[in-house]
Amino acid sequence: MDTHAQAAVEISGLYKTYDTGFSALKNIDLTIHKGEIFALLGPNGAGKTTLIGTICGLVRPTSGTIKAGGYDVVREFRKSRAIIGLVPQELTTDRFESVWDTVVYTRGLFGKPRDDAHVEKVLRDLSLWSKRNDKLITLSGGMKRRVLIAKALSHEPDILFLDEPTAGVDVELRKDMWAVVRELRESGVTIILTTHYIEEAEEMADRIGVISNGEIILVDGKDELMRKLGRKDLVIQLQEPLDAVPDSLEELGLGLRDNGNELIYSYDSTADRTGIAGLMAAVHREGIRIKDLSTHQSSLEEIFIGLLKDRT
Amino acid sequence: MNIHAIKAIYYFEMARWWRTILQSIISPVVSTALYFVVFGAAIGQRIESVEGVSYAAFIVPGLIMLSLLQQSLSNASFGIYFPKFAGTIYEILSAPISHIETVIAFVGAAATKSIVLALIILATATLFADIRIDHPVWMVVFLILTAVTFSMIGFIIGIWAEGFEKLQLVPLLIVTPLAFLGGTFYSISMLPPVWQTVTLFNPVVYLVSGFRWSFYGVSDVDVGISLAMTLLFLAIALAVVVWIFRTGYRLRA
Repeated sequence: MDTHAQAAVEISGLYKTYDTGFSALKNIDLTIHKGEIFALLGPNGAGKTTLIGTICGLVRPTSGTIKAGGYDVVREFRKSRAIIGLVPQELTTDRFESVWDTVVYTRGLFGKPRDDAHVEKVLRDLSLWSKRNDKLITLSGGMKRRVLIAKALSHEPDILFLDEPTAGVDVELRKDMWAVVRELRESGVTIILTTHYIEEAEEMADRIGVISNGEIILVDGKDELMRKLGRKDLVIQLQEPLDAVPDSLEELGLGLRDNGNELIYSYDSTADRTGIAGLMAAVHREGIRIKDLSTHQSSLEEIFIGLLKDRT
Repeated sequence: MNIHAIKAIYYFEMARWWRTILQSIISPVVSTALYFVVFGAAIGQRIESVEGVSYAAFIVPGLIMLSLLQQSLSNASFGIYFPKFAGTIYEILSAPISHIETVIAFVGAAATKSIVLALIILATATLFADIRIDHPVWMVVFLILTAVTFSMIGFIIGIWAEGFEKLQLVPLLIVTPLAFLGGTFYSISMLPPVWQTVTLFNPVVYLVSGFRWSFYGVSDVDVGISLAMTLLFLAIALAVVVWIFRTGYRLRA
Protein backbone atom coordinates (compact mmCIF):
# COMPACT_ATOMS: atom_id res chain seq x y z
CA MET A 1 0.00 0.00 0.00
CA ASP A 2 1.38 3.41 -0.94
CA THR A 3 1.19 5.32 2.35
CA HIS A 4 1.53 8.71 0.59
CA ALA A 5 -1.46 7.95 -1.63
CA GLN A 6 -3.43 6.89 1.44
CA ALA A 7 -2.48 9.89 3.57
CA ALA A 8 -5.02 12.65 4.00
CA VAL A 9 -2.57 14.74 6.02
CA GLU A 10 1.18 14.32 6.28
CA ILE A 11 3.14 16.42 8.74
CA SER A 12 6.88 16.25 8.94
CA GLY A 13 9.31 18.05 11.25
CA LEU A 14 6.79 20.76 12.08
CA TYR A 15 7.79 23.50 14.50
CA LYS A 16 5.89 26.60 15.52
CA THR A 17 7.64 29.19 17.63
CA TYR A 18 5.88 32.48 18.29
CA ASP A 19 7.62 35.87 18.31
CA THR A 20 7.57 35.74 22.10
CA GLY A 21 9.83 32.69 21.91
CA PHE A 22 7.09 30.30 23.02
CA SER A 23 7.36 26.95 21.25
CA ALA A 24 3.82 25.81 20.54
CA LEU A 25 4.72 22.85 18.33
CA LYS A 26 7.93 20.84 18.51
CA ASN A 27 9.05 18.49 15.78
CA ILE A 28 5.60 17.11 14.93
CA ASP A 29 5.55 14.08 12.65
CA LEU A 30 2.07 12.80 12.00
CA THR A 31 0.22 10.98 9.25
CA ILE A 32 -3.55 10.87 9.14
CA HIS A 33 -5.00 8.26 6.82
CA LYS A 34 -7.69 8.89 4.26
CA GLY A 35 -11.18 8.07 5.47
CA GLU A 36 -10.35 7.66 9.15
CA ILE A 37 -11.59 9.51 12.19
CA PHE A 38 -8.57 10.74 14.06
CA ALA A 39 -8.99 12.20 17.53
CA LEU A 40 -6.34 14.56 18.81
CA LEU A 41 -6.40 14.64 22.58
CA GLY A 42 -4.50 16.89 24.90
CA PRO A 43 -4.85 19.17 27.89
CA ASN A 44 -5.53 22.89 27.52
CA GLY A 45 -2.65 24.70 25.85
CA ALA A 46 -1.13 21.47 24.54
CA GLY A 47 -1.04 22.75 20.96
CA LYS A 48 -4.13 21.08 19.46
CA THR A 49 -5.65 24.23 18.00
CA THR A 50 -2.25 25.51 16.87
CA LEU A 51 -1.63 22.25 15.03
CA ILE A 52 -4.98 22.49 13.28
CA GLY A 53 -4.29 26.15 12.54
CA THR A 54 -1.03 25.34 10.76
CA ILE A 55 -2.76 22.79 8.54
CA CYS A 56 -5.67 25.08 7.71
CA GLY A 57 -3.63 28.24 7.07
CA LEU A 58 -4.48 30.18 10.21
CA VAL A 59 -1.02 29.81 11.76
CA ARG A 60 2.23 30.08 9.86
CA PRO A 61 4.61 27.19 10.53
CA THR A 62 8.12 28.14 11.62
CA SER A 63 9.60 25.11 9.85
CA GLY A 64 8.63 21.71 8.58
CA THR A 65 6.22 20.57 5.90
CA ILE A 66 2.51 19.88 5.89
CA LYS A 67 0.62 18.25 3.07
CA ALA A 68 -3.14 17.94 2.82
CA GLY A 69 -4.41 15.61 0.11
CA GLY A 70 -0.82 15.55 -1.19
CA TYR A 71 -0.67 19.34 -1.59
CA ASP A 72 1.80 21.48 0.35
CA VAL A 73 -0.31 23.80 2.50
CA VAL A 74 2.03 26.77 1.94
CA ARG A 75 3.14 26.45 -1.69
CA GLU A 76 -0.10 24.91 -2.97
CA PHE A 77 -2.45 26.60 -0.54
CA ARG A 78 -5.28 26.97 -3.07
CA LYS A 79 -5.49 23.24 -3.71
CA SER A 80 -4.94 22.19 -0.10
CA ARG A 81 -7.41 24.65 1.43
CA ALA A 82 -10.07 23.84 -1.17
CA ILE A 83 -10.31 20.29 0.18
CA ILE A 84 -10.32 21.23 3.87
CA GLY A 85 -13.30 22.19 6.00
CA LEU A 86 -12.79 23.67 9.44
CA VAL A 87 -15.23 23.87 12.33
CA PRO A 88 -13.61 26.16 14.90
CA GLN A 89 -13.81 25.79 18.64
CA GLU A 90 -15.45 29.16 19.22
CA LEU A 91 -19.02 29.77 18.08
CA THR A 92 -17.98 32.47 15.64
CA THR A 93 -20.83 33.44 13.38
CA ASP A 94 -22.03 36.49 11.46
CA ARG A 95 -24.84 37.05 13.86
CA PHE A 96 -27.08 39.11 11.57
CA GLU A 97 -26.84 36.73 8.60
CA SER A 98 -29.39 34.04 7.87
CA VAL A 99 -28.42 30.37 8.02
CA TRP A 100 -28.87 30.01 4.28
CA ASP A 101 -26.85 33.10 3.36
CA THR A 102 -23.92 32.26 5.59
CA VAL A 103 -23.63 28.73 4.19
CA VAL A 104 -23.89 29.98 0.59
CA TYR A 105 -21.22 32.60 1.41
CA THR A 106 -18.77 29.98 2.66
CA ARG A 107 -19.25 27.82 -0.41
CA GLY A 108 -18.36 30.79 -2.62
CA LEU A 109 -15.41 31.72 -0.41
CA PHE A 110 -13.97 28.27 -0.99
CA GLY A 111 -14.17 28.71 -4.74
CA LYS A 112 -17.22 26.64 -5.55
CA PRO A 113 -20.02 27.85 -7.85
CA ARG A 114 -23.40 28.31 -6.28
CA ASP A 115 -25.25 25.02 -5.82
CA ASP A 116 -28.51 25.43 -3.96
CA ALA A 117 -29.27 21.70 -4.12
CA HIS A 118 -26.07 20.86 -2.25
CA VAL A 119 -26.62 23.56 0.35
CA GLU A 120 -30.16 22.28 0.88
CA LYS A 121 -28.86 18.73 1.35
CA VAL A 122 -26.29 19.88 3.91
CA LEU A 123 -28.91 21.85 5.84
CA ARG A 124 -31.36 18.95 5.78
CA ASP A 125 -28.68 16.47 6.90
CA LEU A 126 -27.91 18.70 9.87
CA SER A 127 -31.58 19.33 10.70
CA LEU A 128 -31.18 22.99 9.84
CA TRP A 129 -33.55 23.22 6.91
CA SER A 130 -36.41 24.60 8.97
CA LYS A 131 -34.05 27.26 10.32
CA ARG A 132 -32.65 28.31 6.95
CA ASN A 133 -34.20 31.79 7.04
CA ASP A 134 -33.46 32.41 10.72
CA LYS A 135 -30.80 34.89 11.70
CA LEU A 136 -27.85 33.28 13.44
CA ILE A 137 -28.27 35.51 16.48
CA THR A 138 -31.59 33.80 17.19
CA LEU A 139 -30.17 30.26 17.27
CA SER A 140 -29.17 28.25 20.32
CA GLY A 141 -25.53 27.31 20.93
CA GLY A 142 -26.09 23.81 19.64
CA MET A 143 -27.75 25.05 16.47
CA LYS A 144 -24.92 27.52 15.89
CA ARG A 145 -22.50 24.63 16.18
CA ARG A 146 -24.49 22.81 13.49
CA VAL A 147 -24.36 25.90 11.28
CA LEU A 148 -20.58 25.96 11.62
CA ILE A 149 -20.49 22.33 10.53
CA ALA A 150 -22.81 23.15 7.61
CA LYS A 151 -20.50 25.97 6.57
CA ALA A 152 -17.49 23.66 6.75
CA LEU A 153 -19.30 21.10 4.59
CA SER A 154 -20.68 23.60 2.10
CA HIS A 155 -17.77 23.21 -0.31
CA GLU A 156 -17.70 19.41 -0.15
CA PRO A 157 -14.33 18.98 1.60
CA ASP A 158 -12.34 15.75 1.65
CA ILE A 159 -10.89 16.54 5.08
CA LEU A 160 -12.90 17.96 7.95
CA PHE A 161 -11.38 19.44 11.10
CA LEU A 162 -13.62 19.61 14.14
CA ASP A 163 -12.04 21.59 16.94
CA GLU A 164 -13.87 20.66 20.15
CA PRO A 165 -17.11 20.03 18.22
CA THR A 166 -19.26 19.19 21.23
CA ALA A 167 -17.91 21.68 23.76
CA GLY A 168 -20.88 23.16 25.59
CA VAL A 169 -23.34 20.94 23.75
CA ASP A 170 -25.95 18.92 25.62
CA VAL A 171 -25.85 15.12 25.65
CA GLU A 172 -28.63 14.62 23.11
CA LEU A 173 -27.14 16.99 20.59
CA ARG A 174 -23.70 15.51 21.20
CA LYS A 175 -25.00 12.10 20.20
CA ASP A 176 -26.66 13.60 17.12
CA MET A 177 -23.35 15.12 16.16
CA TRP A 178 -21.54 11.84 16.60
CA ALA A 179 -24.07 10.31 14.19
CA VAL A 180 -23.45 13.11 11.68
CA VAL A 181 -19.70 12.59 11.92
CA ARG A 182 -20.06 8.86 11.38
CA GLU A 183 -22.21 9.48 8.29
CA LEU A 184 -19.55 11.83 6.94
CA ARG A 185 -16.92 9.19 7.43
CA GLU A 186 -19.11 6.72 5.58
CA SER A 187 -19.19 9.16 2.67
CA GLY A 188 -15.39 9.10 2.54
CA VAL A 189 -14.54 12.29 4.43
CA THR A 190 -11.45 12.15 6.63
CA ILE A 191 -12.24 13.60 10.03
CA ILE A 192 -9.80 15.05 12.51
CA LEU A 193 -11.27 16.14 15.81
CA THR A 194 -9.88 17.54 18.99
CA THR A 195 -11.66 16.88 22.22
CA HIS A 196 -11.41 16.90 25.96
CA TYR A 197 -13.99 14.16 26.26
CA ILE A 198 -12.58 10.68 26.51
CA GLU A 199 -16.04 9.27 25.75
CA GLU A 200 -16.08 11.21 22.52
CA ALA A 201 -12.78 9.77 21.38
CA GLU A 202 -13.93 6.34 22.50
CA GLU A 203 -17.23 6.64 20.67
CA MET A 204 -15.93 7.88 17.36
CA ALA A 205 -12.21 7.65 16.71
CA ASP A 206 -10.35 5.00 14.75
CA ARG A 207 -7.02 6.30 15.98
CA ILE A 208 -6.02 8.67 18.72
CA GLY A 209 -3.08 11.02 19.00
CA VAL A 210 -2.05 12.58 22.30
CA ILE A 211 -0.36 15.95 22.27
CA SER A 212 1.24 17.62 25.25
CA ASN A 213 3.45 20.68 25.48
CA GLY A 214 3.55 20.91 21.69
CA GLU A 215 4.76 17.33 21.21
CA ILE A 216 2.91 14.31 19.93
CA ILE A 217 3.60 11.82 22.69
CA LEU A 218 1.48 8.97 21.48
CA VAL A 219 -0.40 7.84 18.37
CA ASP A 220 -2.24 4.59 18.62
CA GLY A 221 -5.35 2.71 17.64
CA LYS A 222 -8.34 3.54 19.80
CA ASP A 223 -8.68 0.10 21.33
CA GLU A 224 -5.06 -0.02 22.42
CA LEU A 225 -5.15 3.46 23.84
CA MET A 226 -8.44 3.05 25.63
CA ARG A 227 -6.94 0.14 27.53
CA LYS A 228 -4.23 2.51 28.71
CA LEU A 229 -6.51 5.42 29.44
CA GLY A 230 -9.61 3.63 30.67
CA ARG A 231 -8.62 3.24 34.34
CA LYS A 232 -11.29 3.80 36.95
CA ASP A 233 -11.17 3.95 40.75
CA LEU A 234 -13.70 2.27 43.08
CA VAL A 235 -13.74 4.00 46.48
CA ILE A 236 -15.23 2.08 49.43
CA GLN A 237 -15.95 4.29 52.42
CA LEU A 238 -15.77 2.36 55.67
CA GLN A 239 -17.87 2.67 58.81
CA GLU A 240 -14.78 2.06 60.95
CA PRO A 241 -11.21 2.82 59.89
CA LEU A 242 -8.70 0.02 59.24
CA ASP A 243 -5.07 0.00 60.40
CA ALA A 244 -3.96 -2.09 57.41
CA VAL A 245 -5.43 -3.81 54.36
CA PRO A 246 -6.20 -7.45 55.14
CA ASP A 247 -3.97 -9.87 53.17
CA SER A 248 -6.90 -11.35 51.24
CA LEU A 249 -7.86 -7.86 49.98
CA GLU A 250 -4.30 -6.75 49.33
CA GLU A 251 -3.94 -9.74 46.98
CA LEU A 252 -6.87 -8.34 44.95
CA GLY A 253 -5.14 -4.98 44.59
CA LEU A 254 -6.98 -2.89 47.19
CA GLY A 255 -5.20 0.00 48.88
CA LEU A 256 -5.98 2.14 51.90
CA ARG A 257 -6.25 5.92 52.10
CA ASP A 258 -7.80 8.78 54.07
CA ASN A 259 -6.35 7.52 57.38
CA GLY A 260 -7.82 4.09 56.87
CA ASN A 261 -11.34 5.35 56.22
CA GLU A 262 -11.38 4.36 52.53
CA LEU A 263 -10.40 1.35 50.48
CA ILE A 264 -9.49 2.08 46.87
CA TYR A 265 -9.45 -0.24 43.90
CA SER A 266 -8.26 0.73 40.39
CA TYR A 267 -9.59 -1.27 37.47
CA ASP A 268 -9.88 -1.31 33.71
CA SER A 269 -13.38 -0.06 32.98
CA THR A 270 -13.25 -1.38 29.41
CA ALA A 271 -12.38 -4.95 30.45
CA ASP A 272 -15.01 -7.70 30.29
CA ARG A 273 -14.33 -8.63 33.93
CA THR A 274 -13.51 -5.82 36.30
CA GLY A 275 -13.13 -8.05 39.38
CA ILE A 276 -15.53 -5.89 41.41
CA ALA A 277 -17.96 -8.72 42.24
CA GLY A 278 -15.21 -10.93 43.72
CA LEU A 279 -13.75 -7.98 45.53
CA MET A 280 -17.05 -7.12 47.21
CA ALA A 281 -17.49 -10.72 48.29
CA ALA A 282 -13.98 -10.70 49.82
CA VAL A 283 -14.75 -7.47 51.69
CA HIS A 284 -17.92 -9.07 53.07
CA ARG A 285 -15.98 -12.19 54.15
CA GLU A 286 -13.52 -10.01 56.07
CA GLY A 287 -16.51 -8.57 58.00
CA ILE A 288 -15.73 -5.01 56.90
CA ARG A 289 -18.79 -2.77 57.16
CA ILE A 290 -19.32 -0.41 54.23
CA LYS A 291 -20.66 3.12 54.62
CA ASP A 292 -20.77 4.13 50.96
CA LEU A 293 -19.44 3.34 47.51
CA SER A 294 -18.33 5.59 44.67
CA THR A 295 -16.41 5.36 41.43
CA HIS A 296 -14.15 7.94 39.89
CA GLN A 297 -13.07 8.03 36.26
CA SER A 298 -9.63 9.62 35.87
CA SER A 299 -9.96 12.86 33.96
CA LEU A 300 -8.14 13.15 30.68
CA GLU A 301 -5.95 15.77 32.27
CA GLU A 302 -4.93 13.33 35.00
CA ILE A 303 -4.34 10.62 32.46
CA PHE A 304 -2.12 12.89 30.39
CA ILE A 305 -0.10 13.78 33.44
CA GLY A 306 0.28 10.06 34.07
CA LEU A 307 1.35 9.50 30.48
CA LEU A 308 3.91 12.27 30.70
CA LYS A 309 5.27 10.90 33.95
CA ASP A 310 5.56 7.48 32.31
CA ARG A 311 7.54 9.06 29.48
CA THR A 312 10.00 10.78 31.75
CA MET B 1 -8.12 33.74 -9.70
CA ASN B 2 -10.81 32.67 -7.23
CA ILE B 3 -13.66 34.66 -8.76
CA HIS B 4 -16.27 32.88 -6.64
CA ALA B 5 -14.52 33.99 -3.45
CA ILE B 6 -14.20 37.59 -4.63
CA LYS B 7 -17.90 37.62 -5.51
CA ALA B 8 -18.82 36.01 -2.19
CA ILE B 9 -17.03 38.65 -0.11
CA TYR B 10 -18.16 41.50 -2.38
CA TYR B 11 -21.84 40.53 -2.25
CA PHE B 12 -21.62 39.80 1.46
CA GLU B 13 -20.28 43.30 2.10
CA MET B 14 -22.84 44.93 -0.19
CA ALA B 15 -25.65 43.01 1.55
CA ARG B 16 -24.43 44.24 4.94
CA TRP B 17 -24.42 47.80 3.58
CA TRP B 18 -27.96 47.42 2.32
CA ARG B 19 -29.11 45.95 5.65
CA THR B 20 -27.87 49.06 7.44
CA ILE B 21 -29.21 51.52 4.90
CA LEU B 22 -30.18 54.13 7.49
CA GLN B 23 -26.69 54.35 8.88
CA SER B 24 -24.75 53.73 5.70
CA ILE B 25 -26.64 55.79 3.12
CA ILE B 26 -29.31 58.04 4.53
CA SER B 27 -27.28 59.38 7.46
CA PRO B 28 -24.27 60.64 5.43
CA VAL B 29 -26.55 62.07 2.72
CA VAL B 30 -28.55 64.02 5.32
CA SER B 31 -25.35 65.25 7.03
CA THR B 32 -23.89 66.48 3.77
CA ALA B 33 -27.20 68.06 2.74
CA LEU B 34 -27.07 70.06 5.98
CA TYR B 35 -23.66 71.42 4.93
CA PHE B 36 -25.23 72.50 1.64
CA VAL B 37 -28.07 74.23 3.45
CA VAL B 38 -25.94 75.98 6.08
CA PHE B 39 -22.77 76.82 4.18
CA GLY B 40 -24.18 76.95 0.69
CA ALA B 41 -27.71 78.26 0.74
CA ALA B 42 -27.62 80.30 3.98
CA ILE B 43 -24.07 81.61 4.61
CA GLY B 44 -23.01 81.14 1.00
CA GLN B 45 -25.38 83.85 -0.23
CA ARG B 46 -23.36 86.41 1.73
CA ILE B 47 -20.03 85.23 0.32
CA GLU B 48 -18.72 86.42 -3.00
CA SER B 49 -18.10 83.91 -5.73
CA VAL B 50 -14.79 82.05 -5.51
CA GLU B 51 -12.73 82.07 -8.71
CA GLY B 52 -15.87 82.79 -10.69
CA VAL B 53 -17.96 80.03 -9.09
CA SER B 54 -20.79 80.70 -6.66
CA TYR B 55 -19.82 79.67 -3.13
CA ALA B 56 -22.68 77.16 -2.89
CA ALA B 57 -21.46 75.43 -6.03
CA PHE B 58 -17.79 75.85 -5.09
CA ILE B 59 -18.07 73.74 -1.94
CA VAL B 60 -19.92 70.87 -3.63
CA PRO B 61 -16.82 68.98 -4.90
CA GLY B 62 -15.10 69.45 -1.55
CA LEU B 63 -18.08 68.14 0.38
CA ILE B 64 -18.44 65.17 -1.96
CA MET B 65 -14.73 64.48 -1.45
CA LEU B 66 -15.15 64.79 2.34
CA SER B 67 -17.92 62.18 2.31
CA LEU B 68 -15.99 60.00 -0.10
CA LEU B 69 -12.94 59.96 2.19
CA GLN B 70 -14.93 59.30 5.35
CA GLN B 71 -17.14 56.63 3.84
CA SER B 72 -14.30 54.84 2.05
CA LEU B 73 -12.36 54.69 5.30
CA SER B 74 -15.24 53.59 7.49
CA ASN B 75 -16.67 51.06 5.03
CA ALA B 76 -13.38 49.34 4.38
CA SER B 77 -12.08 49.47 7.94
CA PHE B 78 -15.31 48.11 9.38
CA GLY B 79 -15.54 45.49 6.61
CA ILE B 80 -12.28 43.80 7.61
CA TYR B 81 -12.37 44.70 11.31
CA PHE B 82 -15.76 43.15 12.00
CA PRO B 83 -14.72 39.59 11.01
CA LYS B 84 -11.69 40.05 13.28
CA PHE B 85 -13.92 41.25 16.10
CA ALA B 86 -16.52 38.49 15.61
CA GLY B 87 -13.88 35.80 15.03
CA THR B 88 -15.20 34.92 11.57
CA ILE B 89 -11.88 35.99 10.02
CA TYR B 90 -10.80 32.35 10.39
CA GLU B 91 -12.96 31.56 7.41
CA ILE B 92 -11.24 34.03 5.12
CA LEU B 93 -7.78 33.04 6.33
CA SER B 94 -8.46 29.35 5.77
CA ALA B 95 -10.09 29.82 2.36
CA PRO B 96 -8.24 29.24 -0.93
CA ILE B 97 -8.11 32.95 -1.63
CA SER B 98 -4.97 35.00 -2.29
CA HIS B 99 -4.08 38.30 -0.68
CA ILE B 100 -4.78 40.29 -3.79
CA GLU B 101 -8.19 38.65 -4.20
CA THR B 102 -9.07 39.49 -0.60
CA VAL B 103 -8.11 43.12 -1.16
CA ILE B 104 -10.01 43.32 -4.45
CA ALA B 105 -13.14 42.02 -2.74
CA PHE B 106 -13.08 44.18 0.40
CA VAL B 107 -11.69 47.34 -1.21
CA GLY B 108 -13.94 46.87 -4.24
CA ALA B 109 -17.03 46.67 -2.05
CA ALA B 110 -16.00 49.63 0.11
CA ALA B 111 -15.15 51.75 -2.95
CA THR B 112 -18.44 50.83 -4.63
CA LYS B 113 -20.40 51.91 -1.58
CA SER B 114 -18.62 55.24 -1.23
CA ILE B 115 -18.87 56.00 -4.96
CA VAL B 116 -22.61 55.28 -4.96
CA LEU B 117 -22.95 57.51 -1.94
CA ALA B 118 -20.91 60.27 -3.61
CA LEU B 119 -23.18 60.14 -6.63
CA ILE B 120 -26.28 60.34 -4.42
CA ILE B 121 -24.78 63.38 -2.68
CA LEU B 122 -23.96 64.92 -6.07
CA ALA B 123 -27.57 64.45 -7.12
CA THR B 124 -28.74 65.95 -3.83
CA ALA B 125 -26.42 68.93 -4.30
CA THR B 126 -28.16 69.89 -7.52
CA LEU B 127 -31.16 70.83 -5.36
CA PHE B 128 -29.11 73.47 -3.56
CA ALA B 129 -26.62 74.81 -6.12
CA ASP B 130 -26.08 75.29 -9.83
CA ILE B 131 -23.49 72.69 -10.63
CA ARG B 132 -21.69 72.02 -13.86
CA ILE B 133 -19.16 69.30 -14.66
CA ASP B 134 -16.63 70.49 -17.25
CA HIS B 135 -14.59 67.27 -17.28
CA PRO B 136 -16.93 64.38 -16.46
CA VAL B 137 -14.43 61.65 -17.38
CA TRP B 138 -11.81 63.14 -15.07
CA MET B 139 -14.46 63.58 -12.38
CA VAL B 140 -15.11 59.82 -12.54
CA VAL B 141 -11.36 59.08 -12.61
CA PHE B 142 -10.72 61.17 -9.48
CA LEU B 143 -13.78 59.67 -7.80
CA ILE B 144 -12.67 56.10 -8.43
CA LEU B 145 -8.99 56.65 -7.63
CA THR B 146 -9.77 58.43 -4.37
CA ALA B 147 -12.39 55.87 -3.34
CA VAL B 148 -10.03 52.97 -4.02
CA THR B 149 -7.07 54.66 -2.29
CA PHE B 150 -8.97 55.54 0.86
CA SER B 151 -10.76 52.20 0.92
CA MET B 152 -7.32 50.62 0.91
CA ILE B 153 -6.23 52.92 3.74
CA GLY B 154 -9.42 51.94 5.57
CA PHE B 155 -8.57 48.28 5.02
CA ILE B 156 -5.16 48.92 6.62
CA ILE B 157 -6.79 50.68 9.58
CA GLY B 158 -9.22 47.79 10.02
CA ILE B 159 -6.35 45.31 10.21
CA TRP B 160 -4.30 47.56 12.51
CA ALA B 161 -7.16 48.35 14.89
CA GLU B 162 -7.51 46.22 18.00
CA GLY B 163 -10.70 47.91 19.17
CA PHE B 164 -13.48 50.20 18.03
CA GLU B 165 -11.66 53.23 19.47
CA LYS B 166 -8.65 52.71 17.22
CA LEU B 167 -11.01 52.11 14.33
CA GLN B 168 -12.37 55.63 14.74
CA LEU B 169 -9.04 57.25 15.63
CA VAL B 170 -7.62 57.88 12.16
CA PRO B 171 -10.89 58.89 10.44
CA LEU B 172 -11.91 61.31 13.20
CA LEU B 173 -8.61 62.74 14.39
CA ILE B 174 -6.57 62.77 11.19
CA VAL B 175 -8.62 62.49 8.02
CA THR B 176 -11.56 64.72 8.96
CA PRO B 177 -9.34 67.64 10.11
CA LEU B 178 -7.18 67.24 7.00
CA ALA B 179 -10.31 67.27 4.85
CA PHE B 180 -11.66 70.42 6.52
CA LEU B 181 -8.26 72.13 6.18
CA GLY B 182 -7.70 70.80 2.68
CA GLY B 183 -9.76 73.34 0.77
CA THR B 184 -13.18 71.77 1.15
CA PHE B 185 -14.78 75.10 2.04
CA TYR B 186 -12.28 77.54 0.54
CA SER B 187 -9.62 78.01 -2.08
CA ILE B 188 -6.14 77.94 -0.58
CA SER B 189 -5.38 81.09 -2.55
CA MET B 190 -7.57 82.84 0.05
CA LEU B 191 -4.99 81.99 2.77
CA PRO B 192 -1.90 84.04 3.71
CA PRO B 193 1.20 82.92 1.75
CA VAL B 194 2.76 81.07 4.70
CA TRP B 195 -0.37 79.01 5.27
CA GLN B 196 -0.64 78.34 1.56
CA THR B 197 2.77 76.67 1.74
CA VAL B 198 1.87 74.76 4.91
CA THR B 199 -1.38 73.59 3.32
CA LEU B 200 0.52 72.00 0.45
CA PHE B 201 1.72 69.37 2.94
CA ASN B 202 -1.89 68.32 3.39
CA PRO B 203 -2.54 65.42 0.98
CA VAL B 204 -6.27 66.12 0.85
CA VAL B 205 -5.57 69.46 -0.89
CA TYR B 206 -4.50 67.58 -4.02
CA LEU B 207 -7.59 65.37 -3.99
CA VAL B 208 -10.05 68.23 -3.51
CA SER B 209 -8.26 70.46 -5.98
CA GLY B 210 -8.19 67.85 -8.74
CA PHE B 211 -11.80 66.90 -8.14
CA ARG B 212 -12.93 70.54 -8.16
CA TRP B 213 -11.03 71.13 -11.40
CA SER B 214 -13.08 68.37 -13.03
CA PHE B 215 -16.23 70.36 -12.12
CA TYR B 216 -15.32 73.97 -12.83
CA GLY B 217 -11.88 73.94 -14.42
CA VAL B 218 -10.40 75.84 -11.46
CA SER B 219 -7.85 74.35 -9.08
CA ASP B 220 -5.47 75.26 -6.27
CA VAL B 221 -2.69 73.12 -7.68
CA ASP B 222 -1.99 71.91 -11.19
CA VAL B 223 -4.34 69.04 -12.08
CA GLY B 224 -1.38 66.94 -13.25
CA ILE B 225 0.16 67.24 -9.79
CA SER B 226 -3.18 66.32 -8.21
CA LEU B 227 -3.39 63.21 -10.35
CA ALA B 228 0.23 62.27 -9.62
CA MET B 229 -0.27 62.71 -5.87
CA THR B 230 -3.46 60.64 -5.94
CA LEU B 231 -1.62 57.83 -7.71
CA LEU B 232 1.25 58.16 -5.21
CA PHE B 233 -1.16 57.72 -2.27
CA LEU B 234 -2.62 54.71 -4.02
CA ALA B 235 0.84 53.19 -4.51
CA ILE B 236 1.78 53.78 -0.85
CA ALA B 237 -1.48 52.20 0.38
CA LEU B 238 -0.96 49.24 -1.95
CA ALA B 239 2.61 48.77 -0.70
CA VAL B 240 1.43 48.69 2.93
CA VAL B 241 -1.32 46.18 2.11
CA VAL B 242 1.20 43.92 0.34
CA TRP B 243 3.48 44.13 3.39
CA ILE B 244 0.60 43.25 5.73
CA PHE B 245 -0.23 40.12 3.82
CA ARG B 246 3.39 39.06 3.36
CA THR B 247 4.09 39.33 7.07
CA GLY B 248 0.64 38.24 8.25
CA TYR B 249 0.60 41.38 10.42
CA ARG B 250 -2.25 41.08 12.94
CA LEU B 251 -3.91 38.41 10.81
CA ARG B 252 -1.95 35.18 11.04
CA ALA B 253 -0.14 34.05 14.18
